Amino acid sequence: MEFLGFEKVNSSFLILENLNSSASFGEMVEIKIKDKKKLGKVVEICRDKIIVQVFGSNENISVNNTVVKFLEKQMEIKLSEEILGRIFDGVGNPIDGLGEIYYETKININNSAINPVSRLYPRNYIQTGISSIDSLITLIRGQKLPIFSCDGLPHNQLAAQIIRQASLGNFCEEKFCIVFAAMGIKYDIAEYFKKSFEESGVLEKVVMFLNLADDPVAERLITPRLALTTAEYLAYEKNINVLVIMTDITSYAEALREISSAREEVPSRKGYPGYLYSELASLFERAGIVKKSGGSVTQIPILTMPNDDITHPIPDLTGYITEGQIVLDRLLYQKNIYPPINILPSLSRLMKDGIGEKYTREDHQDLANQLFSCYVKVQDTRALSSVIGEDELNEIDKNYIFFGKVFEKYYLNQDKFETRNVLDTLELGWKILGLLPKSELDRIKIELLDKYYSVTDFKYFMI
Amino acid sequence: MKSKISLINSNILNVTNGDCFKLFEMVYIGKNKFIGEVIEIDKNCAVIQVFEDTSGLKLDDEVYPTGELMCAELGPGIISNIFDGIQRPLISIEKESGIFISSGVRAKSLDEEKLWTVKILKKIGDSVRPGDIVAEINETELIVNKIMISPDIEGKVIDAKDNGDYKISDTILVLKNNDSNKIFEINLKQRWPIKSQRPFLKKIDAREPLITGQRVIDTLFPIAKGGVAAVPGGFGTGKTMTQHQLAKWSDADIIVYIGCGERGNEMTQVLEDFSKLKDPKSGKMLMQRTVLIANTSNMPVAAREASIYTGMTLAEYYRDMGYHVAVMADSTSRWAEALRELSGRLEEMPAEEGFPAYLASKLASFYERAGYVKNLNGTEGSISVIGAVSPQGGDLSEPVTQNTKRFVRCFWALDKNLAYARHFPAINWSMSYTEYLDDLKNWYEKNIDSDFWNCRSKILSVLNSESELLDIAKLIGVDVLPDDQKLILNIAWVIRLGFVQQNAYHNFDTCVPLEKQLNMMKVILYLHETCKKLLDLGLPVKILSNHEIFEEVINIKYKVDNDDKFFFDKYFKKIDNFYTEMSKK
Repeated sequence: MEFLGFEKVNSSFLILENLNSSASFGEMVEIKIKDKKKLGKVVEICRDKIIVQVFGSNENISVNNTVVKFLEKQMEIKLSEEILGRIFDGVGNPIDGLGEIYYETKININNSAINPVSRLYPRNYIQTGISSIDSLITLIRGQKLPIFSCDGLPHNQLAAQIIRQASLGNFCEEKFCIVFAAMGIKYDIAEYFKKSFEESGVLEKVVMFLNLADDPVAERLITPRLALTTAEYLAYEKNINVLVIMTDITSYAEALREISSAREEVPSRKGYPGYLYSELASLFERAGIVKKSGGSVTQIPILTMPNDDITHPIPDLTGYITEGQIVLDRLLYQKNIYPPINILPSLSRLMKDGIGEKYTREDHQDLANQLFSCYVKVQDTRALSSVIGEDELNEIDKNYIFFGKVFEKYYLNQDKFETRNVLDTLELGWKILGLLPKSELDRIKIELLDKYYSVTDFKYFMI
Repeated sequence: MKSKISLINSNILNVTNGDCFKLFEMVYIGKNKFIGEVIEIDKNCAVIQVFEDTSGLKLDDEVYPTGELMCAELGPGIISNIFDGIQRPLISIEKESGIFISSGVRAKSLDEEKLWTVKILKKIGDSVRPGDIVAEINETELIVNKIMISPDIEGKVIDAKDNGDYKISDTILVLKNNDSNKIFEINLKQRWPIKSQRPFLKKIDAREPLITGQRVIDTLFPIAKGGVAAVPGGFGTGKTMTQHQLAKWSDADIIVYIGCGERGNEMTQVLEDFSKLKDPKSGKMLMQRTVLIANTSNMPVAAREASIYTGMTLAEYYRDMGYHVAVMADSTSRWAEALRELSGRLEEMPAEEGFPAYLASKLASFYERAGYVKNLNGTEGSISVIGAVSPQGGDLSEPVTQNTKRFVRCFWALDKNLAYARHFPAINWSMSYTEYLDDLKNWYEKNIDSDFWNCRSKILSVLNSESELLDIAKLIGVDVLPDDQKLILNIAWVIRLGFVQQNAYHNFDTCVPLEKQLNMMKVILYLHETCKKLLDLGLPVKILSNHEIFEEVINIKYKVDNDDKFFFDKYFKKIDNFYTEMSKK
């Protein structure tokens, strides 16, 4: 059905009145302005009016030059294995100049929830070659583990390193691909990722969906859904292990707020709509492993915390949905430590079931707990020493201060191109714990302590 | 008169001819028969919330009234099943629609075809009253389902079937009411509206604890059977872990685990774990006493709101049979957010942080459905509710936590800093409280030991003095504290590591009987006394604290078997030896 003209338009909505149409909720709409076509979606239906959200900007639209056509279908994406290596814009049009893809199926991008009964609990770890992640915040295949970062910190470099090294690690024998969704990021960052995919030689295994900072805001709500639908198709239909990088979740949430306030909805915290949690969940919950397929969807969303505030609604709600988080810290970065991962608030919820005897080594969990516990002690001791001065500290506290320095410089810190085997990382952990007397190590089972602990000479580490 | 859709806004619909409906009636919408519920009625129009994704609905699609409120179906086959928020069994849905839950998928709540072996307890001529138990079925290896008369029916039995195998819709008894001459056919199931409480005779005071095997809970902050507790904590502090531990080890007969707006993987984990883990009491699989309600965060939000009520109704059904039920609600904050989301779409006036003004009353009516009661049929049963709260930004002053605090009597505050140090369970002992102490004191003194309460307060007072001392130590360092205070820090360290901290992944430390908890306390307190004596002899703490006895006491939790009733004698002797050894110096 086609209609000429409409009643009202604002920056992102068209309002059509007195139509005798049988539009259905969520239906796609094609808007033709002279020769240009745009897509839209029905977001509200009343007796005498229909509100259409337009993907793309509404400039040049006037009441008379526009033809609105109802497409009688939901938003879909055309998929086949050929999309690997291709680049699309935020609404799924190819922008690499290679033309339309040949497709074998079309899938509704607002896919329904995965039945918890069909899921398989993720247990297989992914070696990233980064000590702090592998040993303390282990990434598990099928997990959703976001990077909480701040503006100006190297979250993109870290994500690129994870991709580079994970694809070389235990991923490499199996079918593996990457889906990259950019939401409102700058052109340079998209280019950086593209280059780093190229360098690690995985470009032909990457699907990119790019909604850049100057692209229309409404499209931003579509981009991650396209990416995740693609990922689910590749994982569950084609049995591929898919790693999804989504950046930046903050821009996505901002877009939601913008659209929500344009629709005059009742705001909740900080002006974000009340359904922010459900919206974010509808993205993040699309990670996982299902019983009837050999593939998996692992998500690494990146979000920048506004004003470095982890209690801001976006990181806060994200943390409640995802299975842990990797938190980057400005102070560590200023100390010249890369990756500047603050391990204390960081967490991998699935880690406990994916490490240990069967997967990495028996002492992994205890060692990690001990390192966390000692690092907390380091923070306390530093606070104390800033009050009474380092000289006044007792012997054991001085020990902790030294341990803290070594831990940051040798354990957390690592080169952008350095891959550390998980067992080497564990050995390094024991070496550093050796700086502390055995009696301080209260989180490790005695058998393990006897097996692995040995005193390390202070001179072993140069500070 | 037909009712048709006149407005669609996400999962809220307006429909014409509001006079076709009752408030809170369940309706079917459109040709796919989506399930919805009437939440507001006007003469000409009604507002409906839809429990499924509304994509594809059109203006003028018809809405069909069902004549009954949103109901749960109660009968054998509930236990060890996994349902979504509106009691559709997820296993049948999987068969029907594959790995994704597609909208409009239909599945019967209970298996209609399965034959149950029924033992009928009533014969012709018996008169039965509401709630009476008329038949028994072995629902699982652990649970006997007792078929009860619906709370609104009574009469004389005029026909009764023999013991045998029946489907849930087969009639097993026929009743006749003498006053109204009405005939009732009784089968194995009944329906009950999820938002109304099932009736009982009266509430009884709480007097016995819900034993969880978790030291920090059982000893320091116990909850009574029929009690309500809240577990608030920011993300990563171990709310879900605590809930899982309680679901696994608490001594309730039946566990109803409601995953409300939480992660899909967590539900999968419960399902996988509970099908493998054994109940310590009976040796049967934990799933044999567990019901799961899984409405994950990406399932429709209206069903999330309903999931809490569905779970509660199932719990009440088993309570009426005389069981002790524990309901784990993870998380009530997600449920409150569902209320906020729906309220926002209805354009209601928001109160604090966008939550609707009726948040407090809804929370209150949910928590009030818990309790220890005498049932209509004379049995006693209880529902204990443990609700996780996920405060925004970990800030306990937000509306959901604050309102919850007003209605719960047990508050286990999870602490971010303890979690950072990987101290689990991260229940903070200075922020948590329980109001059940006076109710339970008797039980503990009678059934465990007359000294239990005494030990408990001593342990708690050491921990409290520790937090005060640490505040001072933060400013001036530990070294300048006098020796008796240093000793408190040392003993508190033993209590933290050896007692409060508990390893959920350890074979037997994961669930510890009360006797062992008591004996552990006794050993620690004896060590404290002995050290005090040594200090009086003039020995410095520094020398004492290097002794291996401290390590040994800490490791009691791993070294001593749970059933070893006399281990403390051995440890008392060790401490005595420590005394003699030290006093010689």
